[in-house]
Amino acid sequence: MKSKNLLLLIIIILFFSSFISQAQNVSNSAQIHGDIQSDIKLYNADSKMGITDSTLNGEKLRMNTFANIIFTKGNFEAGARFETYQNPILGYDLRYKGTGIPYRYIKYSKDNYEITVGNFYEQFGSGLIFRTYENRDLGYDNSLDGLKVKITPFKGFYIKAVYGKQRYYWAKANEGDRGIVRGIDGELNINEAFKKLENKKTKIILGAGFVSKYQKDQNIISHGDKLDLPKNVGAFSGRMNIIRGRINVMGEYAYKINDPSADNNYIYRKGEALLVQASYAQRGLGIFVGAKRIDNMNFRSDRTAIGQDLNINYLPALTKEHQYTLASMYPYATQPGGEVGFQAQIDYKIKKKTALGGKYGTKISINYSIANALDTTIIASDNIHKGYESDFFSIGDEKYFEDFSILIHKKINKKIKTTFSYVNIVYNNVAVKGHETENGEKMVYANIGIADVSYKLKHGKSLRFEMQSLFTEQDKGDWIMGTVEYNTPKWFVAVMDQYNYGNDIKDNQLHYYTLSTGYHKGATRIAVTYGRQREGIICVGGVCRQVPASNGLGLSLTTSF
Amino acid sequence: MKRTVFLVFFMSIVIGCFSQEQKANLRKLPSVDLKTLEGETINTKDLKNNGNPIIISFWALWCKNCVKELNAINDVYDDWKDETGVKIIAVSIDNSRSSSKVLPFVESNDWDYEVLLDVNSDFKRAMNVITVPHTFILNGKGEIVWQHNSYVEGSEEKYLEIVKKIKAGEEITD
Repeated sequence: MKSKNLLLLIIIILFFSSFISQAQNVSNSAQIHGDIQSDIKLYNADSKMGITDSTLNGEKLRMNTFANIIFTKGNFEAGARFETYQNPILGYDLRYKGTGIPYRYIKYSKDNYEITVGNFYEQFGSGLIFRTYENRDLGYDNSLDGLKVKITPFKGFYIKAVYGKQRYYWAKANEGDRGIVRGIDGELNINEAFKKLENKKTKIILGAGFVSKYQKDQNIISHGDKLDLPKNVGAFSGRMNIIRGRINVMGEYAYKINDPSADNNYIYRKGEALLVQASYAQRGLGIFVGAKRIDNMNFRSDRTAIGQDLNINYLPALTKEHQYTLASMYPYATQPGGEVGFQAQIDYKIKKKTALGGKYGTKISINYSIANALDTTIIASDNIHKGYESDFFSIGDEKYFEDFSILIHKKINKKIKTTFSYVNIVYNNVAVKGHETENGEKMVYANIGIADVSYKLKHGKSLRFEMQSLFTEQDKGDWIMGTVEYNTPKWFVAVMDQYNYGNDIKDNQLHYYTLSTGYHKGATRIAVTYGRQREGIICVGGVCRQVPASNGLGLSLTTSF
Repeated sequence: MKRTVFLVFFMSIVIGCFSQEQKANLRKLPSVDLKTLEGETINTKDLKNNGNPIIISFWALWCKNCVKELNAINDVYDDWKDETGVKIIAVSIDNSRSSSKVLPFVESNDWDYEVLLDVNSDFKRAMNVITVPHTFILNGKGEIVWQHNSYVEGSEEKYLEIVKKIKAGEEITD
């Protein structure tokens, strides 16, 4: 607590000192900037959506507010983020309830090094062994609190070292059981480093990282035995990126020593991850292919943690992030326990002034992705604590996810732009969400059709219409959705309705209607929404963000300064 | 303790507003390492355009308004460059899930922009960007003179207006 006070005091003093020096030294002058985001919700009970007076429990009004402030002067920087959840908006973890400054740091950078003390976000390679980040819309923040050093010994060679404890809601550094995380990563860009290779056609970037966590012993009993737990768990990764002309290939492999945890039912087994991505790009054509294999790669700073808590690493999903609401109804997330996945994507622009291209050209995007389980054999007889065996090159029969989509963008004339899309999704509800659908099905098969037309009016005004349809027999049945949006340079108004007309249960054939309006000027935006909102990504009035389920009135304010 | 915390924040906001009113020093770009599509490391402090204005647009593959914005500007970008010498830097905030798909996407769209990757949102955070699209306009000295959040059809016309004002040496008020 004392160190926190001291840090704040330093920040205050710096604010003042910056004032005085500002008058004297303009070129190296101090600057303060920041941003504020506030979401306030007034909830109505809506028993059909599962929101009742008892679940609201009198908490009809809730608020999440975030404010970042960054102070810079010359090579020095200090920053803090204030957060208050009174009480957390529906969909956010209740452990966030409260107010405080969970993120504050001071940073000094000069020529070829940078030192950060306090909280920080960092990533090694693709994040397979280490990534700390904040995603406010998902209520995710796993920042490290400690020390970070970045050094560039010579051009083309980059070293990062991190040491600290992760954020765990409002827990103080010495509270709880979570361990300490430390890591080092080096990256060498051969063409940048060696002058002779600077203009070579082939570019090569190599990288390697090592992360270890220390957590004290705990009394954990599995299959009747008290476990002898590893207190230090190490993970390393190596990566390579080769670029030659239009071709770009990157691969990363990560390995983790045995790490018995709540995720893997306390088995003693190594963890592995392999990610390979390649692309070919030329004017008008882009092709991407990717493959990955993940095996027992949960990595947390507390072996008993579950859910979104205390992840040290990040395992990217190799599937498309859909832009439209109904297409993102079944979103996929990597199964860190184990999966094998592939993805291919083609982006092609049919040239202007051709039969199919028309006056402006036509843009087509085709995507296919699939993720299956690992092929595993349980080790039962000799040592039950070893868990399972898995053949690296074979794929399991169980499908987790499959997705095919085609997206066509066509500008008809100066005023009208259109987008059409078809999406087919196969979704393992049990594997991804952890339970069967309302109809008691494990697999969901869904077809989605989308049409989006925008019409430009005079003086920066425009109209936009969107129709989406989702067909499925396994989950809540068919959906239809319509949006009408009117935009001007300063404000917007939008009406949207998602209708679950195909639900087997007649009472659940709901209309999820919303009416929203907002005003924006510069980097400030105020929006008011009334109605029902299903969980998912919503893009209205020029901004996309993730919104949790609710019924009622919402007020949202964002500003940057 | 809580009272101290509030006090510090209140004060910093007051000071922040106060120092902005002085107008004496416009903000420059912070120092953040980003990656080019060729895998090179570039520091945002070194982003330059020969004394001409720069537009920095934060975008992501999953953000359809961002893609709309960049497509709309791409149609008129050649005219803009001829008229004002402006340069557009499109900063992708796609994380490692999609950052490898940025290069093929950019090329297939025929975009002429300088595209940079902000894979762990370091630059986004340093620039206080909350949602995308978020656009900054820098004058010839590299100072941030205007910013704007969200995109609707025709927003790009405003950007050109601002850039022209910068070139004409007019003060940017809106």
